[in-house]
Amino acid sequence: MASPKFSTVALEQGVPPPTAAYARKPRRAHMPRRRSGAAGPLFVAPFLILFLLLFLAPLGYAAYLSLFQQRLIGGTVFVGLDNYVTALKDPLLLHGVGRVALFFVIQVPLMLLLALLFALALDSGLLRLARVIRLGIFVPYAVPSVVAALMWGYLYGPDFGPFAQLSRNLDLPAPHFLSDGWMLGSLANIVTWEFVGYNMIILYAALRTVPQDLYEAAAMDGAGAWRVAWSIKLPALRPALLLTLLFSVIGSFQLFNEPSLLMKIAPDVISSSYTANLYAYSLAFTGNQVNYAATVSFLLGLVIVIASYAVLLTANRRRAT
Amino acid sequence: MTTMTPAPTVASTVPDPRPISHARRRRTRSTPLTIAMLAALAYFLLPLFWLLVASTKSTQDLFNSFGLWFSRTPQLLANIRATFTQDDGVFVHWLLNTAVYAVVSALGAALLAAAAGYGFAKFRFRGDRAAFNLVLGAIMVPATALAIPTYLLFAKVGLVNTPWAIILPSLVNPFGLYLMRVYAADAVPDSLLEAARIDGAGEARIFFRIALRLLAPGLVTVLLFTLVATWNNYFLPLIMLNDPNLYPITVGLSSWAAQAQNGGAGASSDMLPLVVTGSLISIVPLVIAFLLLQRYWQSGLATGSVKQ
Repeated sequence: MASPKFSTVALEQGVPPPTAAYARKPRRAHMPRRRSGAAGPLFVAPFLILFLLLFLAPLGYAAYLSLFQQRLIGGTVFVGLDNYVTALKDPLLLHGVGRVALFFVIQVPLMLLLALLFALALDSGLLRLARVIRLGIFVPYAVPSVVAALMWGYLYGPDFGPFAQLSRNLDLPAPHFLSDGWMLGSLANIVTWEFVGYNMIILYAALRTVPQDLYEAAAMDGAGAWRVAWSIKLPALRPALLLTLLFSVIGSFQLFNEPSLLMKIAPDVISSSYTANLYAYSLAFTGNQVNYAATVSFLLGLVIVIASYAVLLTANRRRAT
Repeated sequence: MTTMTPAPTVASTVPDPRPISHARRRRTRSTPLTIAMLAALAYFLLPLFWLLVASTKSTQDLFNSFGLWFSRTPQLLANIRATFTQDDGVFVHWLLNTAVYAVVSALGAALLAAAAGYGFAKFRFRGDRAAFNLVLGAIMVPATALAIPTYLLFAKVGLVNTPWAIILPSLVNPFGLYLMRVYAADAVPDSLLEAARIDGAGEARIFFRIALRLLAPGLVTVLLFTLVATWNNYFLPLIMLNDPNLYPITVGLSSWAAQAQNGGAGASSDMLPLVVTGSLISIVPLVIAFLLLQRYWQSGLATGSVKQ
């Protein structure tokens, strides 16, 4: 019963004076801020237990499975790293990884550049209808990727897609969005459409935290909008840009939903090994090669972790110099 | 030391700062920039407009009328009715399943992340740093690469084809934990915790009565983003579930889309309007949730992206 009383009192007392008072006691300074005791582990335990069961255990199990092979004669046999040797020489897997790497190199810079430009435009204060524009660009993020892929698939389509309809009416050749040459670009367009707004919001939120007096100081120095964007805003965006880049690495390399849905309307173009993840899926569920599928998932996860760390390291080295 | 930038001192010694802020407020708006951004906006909204228009059409009209405008015989309500009654109302099942999976996962994930983030931010114990770094490293491990291993494990213990197969993996959100730790470090003042302890409150009570309230914006961010991730999840339910009555809306819609495709993509396919209308219905709840809760998720994202 006592708690509502003390909590409101404590809340009203606010932050600065008590903190300062405690901080000056030397004993506090020695053991800064955090408290030791049994409570900490108890708060952390539920998460960590589930993490162990649902994150580490599946990875461990997949690693274990990847060391075996099912054979017609002799059943399941331990084969050591044979599956990995096979995978590293498997042209289907290598093509799949190569394709998502190409996708990453083309799509991610484009998407992040657009997100950055939009965020800067929104933050410049030069826009009318800024709120409407911000939310409108973000809305696709709330659309499930399945729906986005279905929708764009129909839009691309030769029958009732508006692009095909328009070019028919104008007697122009219809663009073959779903053909072999266009497919990767068409997929990139879907992913860009889905995620520009999300990245824009992250960058925009980071821009809003730049202290106002920095801009006022720049204005006093006679800096124009471009100068402010280049010298104040871009450096302030570094951590946020890194975050969006990391998420994009992870997203691109595990590309699955969009190609798997477009596969249904363009089965001749998208094979069951079009991306690495699609390959792992078809191995496990149509090929029934569980051990090999575990190997491929494990390798794919490894590729993503390595790519992420490469991004982090490059960014940190550039920050250091 | 002439290299020291004079700008901050100048700014702080300006006698009357009002003219500056006044000038900022009255800054002119740029019409070309606005037009360019409206063009960009059109790119993002046009597909959704197409979806809205398409869900008012019969199969014939889809093929015979221009995609970006309504036909002469709009039939949105008939399409919605057909969507909800197809296959004994399986679409309603899908909607409810999705809502249950998403809400339970999001609430659970947000609470777990908040408790653990608070624990890591405000307590010191053996192995805390190692445990936190382990989880942090897991942010890089993508959900989809984890899905097949999880499936193999769940198949072993008989969890496949149950709602738990979807909910359990969604409960662990390493990025949510990171966000909540950063958020808790700032949002929950140590002085407040000390005051509560001196008043004799237990740690659990302090967490639920005080800390959780201060963590609310971060909590809503994790909640909302887990909600979206689970709502939009396709790969995991696709591999975990066989029973159409357990499908979430994403897997259900894609199974309908496959039927529409196999039944001939031609004008005879009756499934096409159902896929389109079902797609439209499925995005409405999330769009509303984002619009209503924007204050929360925007501030939460700011925290996560500034502190690195």
